[in-house]
Amino acid sequence: MNPTSNPPVIEINNLVAGYGGREILHGVNLTVNEGEIFVIMGGSGSGKTTLLRHILGLNTPTSGSVSVLGKNITHASRKELYELRKQFGVAFQSGALFGSMTVGENVQLPLREHSRLDDATIGIMTRMKLEMLNLAGFEDLMPSELSGGMLKRAGLARAVIMDPKLLFFDEPSAGLDPIVSAALDESILMLREAMRMSIVVVTHELESAFRIADRIMILFQGSVAITGTPEEVRNCDDERVQDFLNRRSVEEQLEPDEYLRRLTGHIQ
Amino acid sequence: MGYPTSTDGTYTIVSLTGEVDLHCSPEAKKQILGLLGENKDVLIDLSAVEYIDSSAIASLVEALRMAKANQVKFGLVSVSTPAMKVLQLARLDKVFSIKDSVSDYTGKDG
Repeated sequence: MNPTSNPPVIEINNLVAGYGGREILHGVNLTVNEGEIFVIMGGSGSGKTTLLRHILGLNTPTSGSVSVLGKNITHASRKELYELRKQFGVAFQSGALFGSMTVGENVQLPLREHSRLDDATIGIMTRMKLEMLNLAGFEDLMPSELSGGMLKRAGLARAVIMDPKLLFFDEPSAGLDPIVSAALDESILMLREAMRMSIVVVTHELESAFRIADRIMILFQGSVAITGTPEEVRNCDDERVQDFLNRRSVEEQLEPDEYLRRLTGHIQ
Repeated sequence: MGYPTSTDGTYTIVSLTGEVDLHCSPEAKKQILGLLGENKDVLIDLSAVEYIDSSAIASLVEALRMAKANQVKFGLVSVSTPAMKVLQLARLDKVFSIKDSVSDYTGKDG
């Protein structure tokens, strides 16, 4: 079944958001369907991390709505968000493991907090996930003893330990060599296939995005330049998209008066 | 309440059904380990499993370990496609005894 035709797990309508009066996202629309791997791309400052924070319910939008797993989280209470987030797995860019715990303790932390499973089951689940992500035998090491690629895989192991319905992965490939990066992409595809996860990946790595995505969204200065299949994105004739795909830097078009205002602050 | 069981020769067959996840895997584990604790030969029928999560797979691993320790037989039968994908992902499809039907274990036809 084509996942792009499955029911939605994330729906964002006309999301406007920013920080301290500065608007970052200018009316973003997005739908992620069940079982889909949806990749959010864009250069630095394009708003992709801000968008992810809104999907996770970490920020409150200026206007618009964000629904995740059928729940409108725009005005959800902390308790409602807490319950909803139990169904998420989030793998952060750096792995975000606790330095004072072993790799195994880090990976099983969500199970200890959110389930009543006994130690034997938790131990087997932890080792199974480490095996899946080629980290067998590293259970008793400390995070400081792992390489960058291993830290990311350990972070992913922790994110999927509860077999979440929705997995978010922030920059899986950043800083990894191409072979490690490709192996991590394989893991993402396997998890979707076997565990029926819907996966949202935020990345600026083109190769990885085209390898795993069912659909790709490219953000440009806080607006959606395109959302489509890898093929549609490749064939898009929007200059901004082609500049991004071809890694051409885009020179900002400056209005002289606006630029002067920016340099001089509020001085008229 | 537990999952439905039946017997065929020396085997007790436990049929897991529907979605076997964090919420119901402890119950399944209790039931299966209970039978193995009585030194019964046990088969797990996975034909009606629509989704199985890691906690349930971990319970099956524990059951296999217990069966080996108790020197009784333990195997999986009629594994549904979704369950097989998870077993393959966890690289357990070669660890468990997996057969198409109960008769493959009992040697009976039909």
